[in-house]
Amino acid sequence: MSQQSPSPSIPAIAVDDLECGYEGVVLLQHVTFAVASGELFFVIGGSGCGKSTLLKHLIGLQRPTAGTIRYFGESFTDADASRRRELLRTFGVLYQNSALWSSLTLRENITLPLEEYTPLSKRERNELAALRLAQVQLTGYEDFYPSEISGGMKKRAALARALALDPAIVFFDEPSAGLDPVTSRKLDDLVLQIRETLGTTMVIVSHELDSIFSIADRVVMLGREAKGIIAEGNPRELLQTSRDPVVQEFLQRRAISPAPTR
Amino acid sequence: MAGVNRPEVVEESAVKVEKYGTKAGHETKLPNAGLKDTEIFKVLIFKRSVTNDSMPVQSDVACARALASAEGDVLRVEIGGVWKITGKRPSWSDVLAKTKPTRVRFELAQLDSWDSSLLLFLFEVEQWCTATKTPLDATALPQRLRELLVQIVAAQGKEKPVDRRENPITLIGLAVFDVLEKVKQISHFVGECTLSIARLAKNPIRFRWRDCLAEMQQCGAMALPIVGLIGMLVGLTLAYTAAVLLRQFGADLYVANFVGLVMVREMGPMMTGVILAGRTGAAFAATLGNMKAGEEIDAFETLGIRSIDFLVMPRMVAVTLMTPLLTLYANMLGMFGGLLVAAAILKIPASAYWVQLQASVDLSDLVSGVIKSVTFGGIVGLAGCLRGLQSERSAIGVGRATTSAVVTAILLLIVADAIFAVLFNMLGI
Repeated sequence: MSQQSPSPSIPAIAVDDLECGYEGVVLLQHVTFAVASGELFFVIGGSGCGKSTLLKHLIGLQRPTAGTIRYFGESFTDADASRRRELLRTFGVLYQNSALWSSLTLRENITLPLEEYTPLSKRERNELAALRLAQVQLTGYEDFYPSEISGGMKKRAALARALALDPAIVFFDEPSAGLDPVTSRKLDDLVLQIRETLGTTMVIVSHELDSIFSIADRVVMLGREAKGIIAEGNPRELLQTSRDPVVQEFLQRRAISPAPTR
Repeated sequence: MAGVNRPEVVEESAVKVEKYGTKAGHETKLPNAGLKDTEIFKVLIFKRSVTNDSMPVQSDVACARALASAEGDVLRVEIGGVWKITGKRPSWSDVLAKTKPTRVRFELAQLDSWDSSLLLFLFEVEQWCTATKTPLDATALPQRLRELLVQIVAAQGKEKPVDRRENPITLIGLAVFDVLEKVKQISHFVGECTLSIARLAKNPIRFRWRDCLAEMQQCGAMALPIVGLIGMLVGLTLAYTAAVLLRQFGADLYVANFVGLVMVREMGPMMTGVILAGRTGAAFAATLGNMKAGEEIDAFETLGIRSIDFLVMPRMVAVTLMTPLLTLYANMLGMFGGLLVAAAILKIPASAYWVQLQASVDLSDLVSGVIKSVTFGGIVGLAGCLRGLQSERSAIGVGRATTSAVVTAILLLIVADAIFAVLFNMLGI
């Protein structure tokens, strides 16, 4: 949660002509987009279109074969190893399977990054952990292990952990995967609420149309055939204006009665 | 900067003026020193080192400021600068020094950016104000920050939904029930396996031979090098130990008897069993545990396919068939190891060793070893599969299952070996 107001001309994320792949196989090419600071940005598309691959490149788990990724104007792809680690520290990532550390309690899951990277005392770390858990409506579950709570609660706890170091950007990999519609909607509300209070930039990889129409500011849609971006913009506007049959097919499948705007 | 409780600050500067002008040597000119009704208590400026490893992005002139000044009874706290959770921040006790204000008021002075670091500072102030019943005026703070302050205050010290403490007697009781439950589970599992054998014997076409052969290769052929090496080293060690003793009586040649009998009756089956417990038993537990975590076992059960028939039996059969073969192989190499020592150290000709071996080890010894090894194989398979199927559905659960499989297998091996020793003695084998 970076509360500063950086110059509007510098986007939080700027991806320029990114090419992803391995051993001569190109998975994504000519990927260019920018995410403004504080924006709720979705990467959407059908299965196998490269959404998760793109996310892995954005969070540094994989190296692009060409192109650059810039965070707040600073190149992530060209940064040396130690600078990359520093930059990575300013991201929070919510993994698809929550990826909470199973040997640690929820409190320890949140305080571990704080212990590693901040000069805070144990009491302060615990206060902050309590706040984070309260923000995701898990007050009182500090001493529970991940195996003792439900899937939706794990997602929320993972979000609390992702927020631990006050990240400037939070990445979500399929946040609604495995959640019932009500829980999924609650998670969407939580994302909005956290953006509201903390002003965090959010990048969400998803194919959940309900979420896309209800909370996304802007989306990029990846296409499997095109191996890259096939549409970019506000989802509702795309639904109205895009002539691409793939885009229409994707957005209309369940968008006949779009979710009410909040 | 004696008052700062963060001694590891790499670079910081502070001007500390206690009751401005009252102490000689502290007459530092401050910009607002001329204000009439204002007493400056303290100015703290925190600078963070640029080389500090924990620096976040955008870390240029980052420093967090909390300037306290008194207006009558009111303590004005001016908050400014860059507040980053990864960096240093002023502590309230330093800002407060020894003053006892009757009101505290926050004001903003060039607050560039902030995060939870400032929030924690404000929370500290809030806590102090609550404790000392001092009114706090936070209206000058940004709306977001005030909301967060309310949240962090509300988040502390809430009642836990479940009281997770247990008293010691309850814990002992639970542990006893746990042991009973485990015994029940093992009995149940053995029963299930027996029923499964009966089912497969009636309908052998349903047995997964392909899986069984793959497992045989894994736990049999692939284990040859390690079983061979350990068998030979055990034979070698036995021969050395025996040589020391037997030489005193001029009975060097009996090394062959000793190595032969001990290898064939005890060490061959036991060592093979232990190796397989560590190698194959652990692998079974990890595989089945992971399958359970990934709901593969549930998928079998919901399809009406018994996981015992499909997953456990091929493994049990494979390891039960392979253990005696590996034992014979270990026996052979153990005797060979003994021969090496006999020939090299004791100068016993190989032919004499061989003849002595033939005379001392008969078929009943060999068979008793093989009978043991079949049981040991069964135990390893049983422990591995049982623990795998009992595994909890998490990374730790699979790890625990694997450990438990090896421990259970080795424990049961030793118990079984002791029972065999008594049994063979009674039967005179």
